[in-house]
Amino acid sequence: MEKLRAVHYINQFFAQIGGEEKADHKPEAREGFVGPGMAFNAEFSGKAEIVGTVICGDSYFNENLEMATKEVLAMIKSFKPDLVIAGPAFNAGRYGMACGTVASAVKKELGIPAITGMYIENPGADSFKKEVYIIETKNSAAGMRDAVKAMVPFALKLAAGEKIGASAEEGYIPNGIRVNFFEKKRGSERAVEMLLAKLSGKPFTTEFPMPDFDRVEPNPAVKDVSKATIALVTSGGIVPKGNPDHIESSSASKYGKYDIDGIFDLTDATYETAHGGYDPVYANQDADRVLPVDILREFEKEGKIGKLHRYYYTTTGNGTAVASAKAFAEKIGKELAADGVDAVILTST
Amino acid sequence: MCTVVPISLTVGANRIVPTVAIPHPLGNPALTKEEEKDIRRKLLNKALNALSTEVSEQTVFE
Repeated sequence: MEKLRAVHYINQFFAQIGGEEKADHKPEAREGFVGPGMAFNAEFSGKAEIVGTVICGDSYFNENLEMATKEVLAMIKSFKPDLVIAGPAFNAGRYGMACGTVASAVKKELGIPAITGMYIENPGADSFKKEVYIIETKNSAAGMRDAVKAMVPFALKLAAGEKIGASAEEGYIPNGIRVNFFEKKRGSERAVEMLLAKLSGKPFTTEFPMPDFDRVEPNPAVKDVSKATIALVTSGGIVPKGNPDHIESSSASKYGKYDIDGIFDLTDATYETAHGGYDPVYANQDADRVLPVDILREFEKEGKIGKLHRYYYTTTGNGTAVASAKAFAEKIGKELAADGVDAVILTST
Repeated sequence: MCTVVPISLTVGANRIVPTVAIPHPLGNPALTKEEEKDIRRKLLNKALNALSTEVSEQTVFE
């Protein structure tokens, strides 16, 4: 087989041009390998060869994204590569964004296989994991040896057009694509083994990792509730009867915002739940059991709270993606703040 | 306000008021309307208390 032509993209630091003071270095192409390219070239062991290296300063790239991408792409193309490797960027954020941009542009615009490598928390990883294969690396250049060992066989496999397995087998950052395969042991057996390992304090790998939930600092307390505007938000799916906006009963893609001006009680004639994840009988009989409008009106009248906000927000929480919930919350939060709401009571089922 | 407190803790809620049951967090169909309202009143009073209490970390208001 003929040697594959590989092109390597690196930043000013790995090209030994300089550090932060040289981050505005303009794109530059050099014949052969530079810096970490030497290790890649050795690991290719004759199957591929780095014929050229394209270097760009991280600040220059990110500040002139469109132009820099064009320039870098033209330089890469001039080497007529069969394969492009960007980075690895480890935990360097701007370098990660540059590597992700370059690799995905090479793949999309030149139609040439391209990969990069990054630490899982590099912002470039989240931005580009769905567009290109990103091999997971350690968080600093101390992990270069391991990164090269993981990236080279994967890159050769990709360039050869071989079947790419699941992220857990291949070492790339999960890209959201499920790959089917047969397990040797059936589920019950694996579950019991996992449980036994857990009980005896041994390490085990879950087959269903939970999403990462972020943490926020608690907000300061409301100074005087009797003057506060309180809004109701719920993931319990309470909607005006008939579910006018067709909020899905699970995996909601949207939320509803409804005017409760002049509403003092939710009844079975006016409100119901759209939620498909719990027995809806009790909420359909009396939606105040999930969205307590009746008592908050009472509190409003007694002067216990300033007022109940005119609109409530609702969605169904079952199976709803964390990313969707986060996007809903960003919009809802902005509106509530703009409307002068002081506090929110969020009810969930 | 939720019934499954461990979920609220997992997703990062900072002020948590435990409620009655999953399908009727702020009510109880086994009781009379007035008794139910009383439960709802008590729980919402707890919620107002939670909102006006300074917290530095996730706190469950039992």
